[in-house]
Amino acid sequence: MLAFILRRVLQSVGVLLAVGLIAFAMFRFAGDPVNQLVAPDTPYAERLQIRQSLGLDDPVLVQFARYAGNALRGRFGNSYQFRQPVSTLLAERMPATLELALCATVFALVVGILMGVYSALHRDGALAKLLQAVSLVGVSLPTFLIGILLIFLFSVTLGWLPSYGRGDTVRLGWWTTGFLTASGLRALVLPSITLGLFQMTLIMRLVRAEMLEVLRTDYIRFARARGLTTRSIHFGHALKNTLVPVITVAGLQLGSIIAFSIITETVFQWPGMGLLFVQAVQNVDVPIMAAYLLLVALIFVSINLVVDLLYTVVDPRLRLSVRRAA
Amino acid sequence: MATSAPAGLAPEAGPPPSRLARFLDSDLLASFRRSRLAMAAFAATVLFFALALLAPWISPQNPYDPAQLELMNANLPPIWAGDGQAPFWIGTDDQGRDVLSAVFYGMRLSLIVGVLGVAVSGLIGIGLGLVAGYAGGWVDTAIMRVADVQLTFPAILIALIVDGVAKAALGGHMDANAQIALIVLAIGLSFWVQYARTVRGSVMVEKNKDYVQAGRLIGLSAPVILTRHILPNVTGPVFVIATINLALAIITEATLSFLGTGLPETMPSLGTLIRTGNRFLFSGEWWIVAFPGLALAGLVLAINLLGDWLRDALNPKLQ
Repeated sequence: MLAFILRRVLQSVGVLLAVGLIAFAMFRFAGDPVNQLVAPDTPYAERLQIRQSLGLDDPVLVQFARYAGNALRGRFGNSYQFRQPVSTLLAERMPATLELALCATVFALVVGILMGVYSALHRDGALAKLLQAVSLVGVSLPTFLIGILLIFLFSVTLGWLPSYGRGDTVRLGWWTTGFLTASGLRALVLPSITLGLFQMTLIMRLVRAEMLEVLRTDYIRFARARGLTTRSIHFGHALKNTLVPVITVAGLQLGSIIAFSIITETVFQWPGMGLLFVQAVQNVDVPIMAAYLLLVALIFVSINLVVDLLYTVVDPRLRLSVRRAA
Repeated sequence: MATSAPAGLAPEAGPPPSRLARFLDSDLLASFRRSRLAMAAFAATVLFFALALLAPWISPQNPYDPAQLELMNANLPPIWAGDGQAPFWIGTDDQGRDVLSAVFYGMRLSLIVGVLGVAVSGLIGIGLGLVAGYAGGWVDTAIMRVADVQLTFPAILIALIVDGVAKAALGGHMDANAQIALIVLAIGLSFWVQYARTVRGSVMVEKNKDYVQAGRLIGLSAPVILTRHILPNVTGPVFVIATINLALAIITEATLSFLGTGLPETMPSLGTLIRTGNRFLFSGEWWIVAFPGLALAGLVLAINLLGDWLRDALNPKLQ
């Protein structure tokens, strides 16, 4: 067991090192950093001195080690466009992205499970068929198109909800939250639906399939024979047994939600990390791109690692096969 | 299915006509004739491709020839909305550009980038899959480890990063053709994994069969065995992946263009049109963004339905 954990952790570190190498390589691709620091007519000797003081004459491996060391301490250099430390910029934007991701996940889970249960219980009903068809169309449509459609419906035509920004936020220490003001909550609605829609359809299909499977099993038949209420059979017995795969999928999808928030944040001009990254790509702001890349890689690798380790805790069969393999 | 004779002797003569005859007689075609949804999706896909290919000839104007644009015609609504005027069936944008023409030209670009992107990702994926499956050992491990790592990240993120890194490398100054090439490359590098895994799996089964052993015995080189003998036997699933990936590639291109890192406004795909049209949503000119959006949605939905049907038809076990 320990060997398995150790091997998975080592693998994760390997992935992070590889991503770090790509991030580091981006700086070298982007041309001579000295050119961005000095005037065009600076004499060669002075340039050489700056090169030396920045450590650009050191071997590549030493430079990479220095970059990795700085990254570990949260130092990613200064943004070219904002002239501010990247870590400060990311920390400022992180609450917006995390709150959006949280709302999108909750929306996807709650609505997805409800719709999945409904369409499993009323398999041939008109509404269930409609939900299936809508989910098929929803999966095909690009995220940004759904966002624009929602803005057109609820902001432009009906005027109910704001179409951009976070509304008023409240500052709690270094964290800014939109949960405590009415305008902040209203601003969360459309972006959360846009971001969570794909995961919602995924969860709905999963719950529907699992429910149909479970409803056929013997213990449900016995529960019916015992005269339990349909409500307690459906929700107490059937739904409970569908939740393990749902939680796994939801956990694994959390990474995708953070990655796809790039698109949603652009549509709604949501001031999060994704919008920062898109602006960085447009303006070739390498320090931000590199830092975001590393951050996202860290999030993905940690989620995968945690899910893998949780599996072995939750499912005894897996633990056994791991022990045999190790 | 296996090519039984040593095909090195008369390679050009045999297979093609018989393959066509086999196709006409296949379960695939029968299943296609039975499925109305598949036929509708196929018809829609063909229609989209035809409109895109014929764009220069059927469009009322060339939307990128400034000489043909009249500012007098700017912001005209669609023809049925009162103020609409005759040649501009679904309205014009702020520069007097015909939206219908822009959609046809944009669809053309979206499809070109999508098809090229699928081709590049297919080439990379099939090539690496063949090598990994046939060579085995550390080559296999190395390729598949990279594939595993890449699979943990969403494709759109990888495409954005490839795009960003290339822009950083080239300093951000590129003409339109270079940007098309860059997007094709970004899509190719984001979607190769699925091909590689599928092809590798099939190759590992095929390489132990008699015809491969026979090929080796008569002294054919590994590249010849791989491309002429194994490849034809592992292409079935590849077509399914390619169809589904065409929709994904089109969405990826549209998304990159929408985010402003894709095709420039001087050469707009559907995604770029939606990006620029989005600005007019609030001033009431909804048609500038609605029609490119509809075209994109229809295109993707048609190809997706076709891909779903193809997957089910080729793989009856899944039904």
